[in-house]
Amino acid sequence: MTAESLKRRFSFPVCAGIFFAAMALVPSALSLAGVAGDGIAQLDMLNKIGIYAVLALSLNIILGHAGLFHMGHTAFFAVGAYATAILNTAHSWPVFATMPVAGILAAVFALLVALPIIHLRGDYLLVVTIGIVEIVRIALENNVFGLTGGANGIYGISRPVLFGLALKTPPLQFYLIWGFAAVTVALFYLLEHSRFGRALNYIRYDDVAASGCGINVARYKLAAFMLGAFWAGMAGTIYAANIRTIEPSAFGFYESVILFAIVILGGSGNIAGVLVGAFLLVGLQDVFRSFESARMLVFGAAMMLMMVFRPQGLLPPRRRHYDVDALVDRYPSGLDEGFSLSGRNGKKRAGETGAS
Amino acid sequence: MEEFLQQLTNGLAVGGIYALIALGYTMVYGILRLINFAHGDLFTLGAYIGFTLLVSLNLQGLMGGLAVAGVLVAMAMGLVALAGYLLERVAYRPLRRSNRLAAVVSALGASIFFSNAIMLVWGARVKVYPGGILPSATISFLGVDIMLTRVVLFGSSVALMLLLYWFINRTRVGTAIRAVAIDQDTARLMGINVDHIVSLVFLIGPALGGAAGVMMGLYYGQISYDMGFSFGLKAFTAAILGGIGNIPGAMLGGILLGVIEAMGAAYISMAWKDAIAFAVLILILIVRPTGLLGERVADKL
Repeated sequence: MTAESLKRRFSFPVCAGIFFAAMALVPSALSLAGVAGDGIAQLDMLNKIGIYAVLALSLNIILGHAGLFHMGHTAFFAVGAYATAILNTAHSWPVFATMPVAGILAAVFALLVALPIIHLRGDYLLVVTIGIVEIVRIALENNVFGLTGGANGIYGISRPVLFGLALKTPPLQFYLIWGFAAVTVALFYLLEHSRFGRALNYIRYDDVAASGCGINVARYKLAAFMLGAFWAGMAGTIYAANIRTIEPSAFGFYESVILFAIVILGGSGNIAGVLVGAFLLVGLQDVFRSFESARMLVFGAAMMLMMVFRPQGLLPPRRRHYDVDALVDRYPSGLDEGFSLSGRNGKKRAGETGAS
Repeated sequence: MEEFLQQLTNGLAVGGIYALIALGYTMVYGILRLINFAHGDLFTLGAYIGFTLLVSLNLQGLMGGLAVAGVLVAMAMGLVALAGYLLERVAYRPLRRSNRLAAVVSALGASIFFSNAIMLVWGARVKVYPGGILPSATISFLGVDIMLTRVVLFGSSVALMLLLYWFINRTRVGTAIRAVAIDQDTARLMGINVDHIVSLVFLIGPALGGAAGVMMGLYYGQISYDMGFSFGLKAFTAAILGGIGNIPGAMLGGILLGVIEAMGAAYISMAWKDAIAFAVLILILIVRPTGLLGERVADKL
């Protein structure tokens, strides 16, 4: 078997399919293996990892693909979680009915905050987004609009009900969260390879050249922000329904930092890398529990060391390859609407084959 | 008027402290284009070192209050500078040539490391500085009694800033620092050892942060292991307010932010005090992204 056919056989969709199929077996495996309490502690841990993974994947659109230094992702997460909590507890909406509203509110919020700052250069954007996450947390603590319950937050969010089945037990929640993660991975994989995804990657490499090629840079950046926020808002729904009591302290700067670190450390722009990052950074905090009060000390040191030894991230994205000859055959009349090269090697490749 | 003057002097005292911390951010950013997220925690370290020295050395018996404060500040500056130097060697130097976001994550890890190290050494509970070091007298100005402490603090931070300004603008080494900030490669061609200059900046910045930490402890009387986060963010806000990478800008931004925050807390809302600083930051970046005095950091094209 050649390396090429191996690569094709174990392409990303295949690997992701194997991974999620294996994850689906985890609850039964835990209970069969006779882990204490049917593995509820382990499932809770995995649920937490799953929510962080979805959030980090949505941040990956903004930070990994569009290359926007965004360290305030929990602000959008908070908007979604609070939308669900308020609609569910005060207006008794079913949890799943709140999900699109949570996503849309988060996206609208993202549009409002990102519109004036989208032109800012890297580090400035980083600091403004930190400012936004802090303002949102302070606003929630101060019971803004009399809706958010102040520092105590909102409790008594009901369980999500799917086809008449209330998702009460940890295994059912596990399936909900990881099912959502699987959908997220599938959609974001398609997005990555769509015209939209290619445009974002082009902007990250060189936004001046991208705008020279007719990409509306500001609009694409805004769209990336809104899409990431929309998904984080829906993750907020899942989180609120899973944890059932939300409070402002869960949406602080620290959580934003963890998400940021997951994307950069895992390998920004690579779905597999982000998943590995989520397992590592969220899981490590739990593994280091044996260090007790030194837990976060070890965690901080691990963050530094991992970055020093692996500055490009654990699994950086592979270079994109396009089979130029096949594309030229498919579009004999030239480079029309349906065909655009992107990525770093686009230009070189086109030159090599002399495509015109 | 009374209330206004009290808030103004309070704002100036706190603003001087912000300015000292902001200088550390702005100098590091000017040289390395790196936001040193651990800088706020170096400030906290300074406050705790000052606390330990004050409690264990019993300096009050040997000299007057102001002299004690001076000795504390000097010792904390030295020790925190050492920590800053080590931080750069371990966490930042290996990442000098790689992706800038890698250094940002390393800086965030360093920040978590430092604040938890402080918690492990000194405990998670708030520490209280012994009182009576700084004068408790008041002076009368425009018929209002102003705490002498505030005047002393503001004066000392201004003195430290003037010293730094003189060093950067009037000495050979200061010229080298400015050269490295403008263009590292050209500076290297001119025979400047860039590594030494970076190390030097990581001695000076944290030293100023350490001094600010002791001054904060003496002024507020209470320190906690996680205060570096909010002070650090605000000082960074101040650095951007004045124009990041610009030394007079950090001084102006710090003092301005201290005053704005004091006024906001007094006249708008105490509960929203922390949000005011960030709102100012966002407004500044929308209206004038390069900050009040910044000019060098224009968009690259």
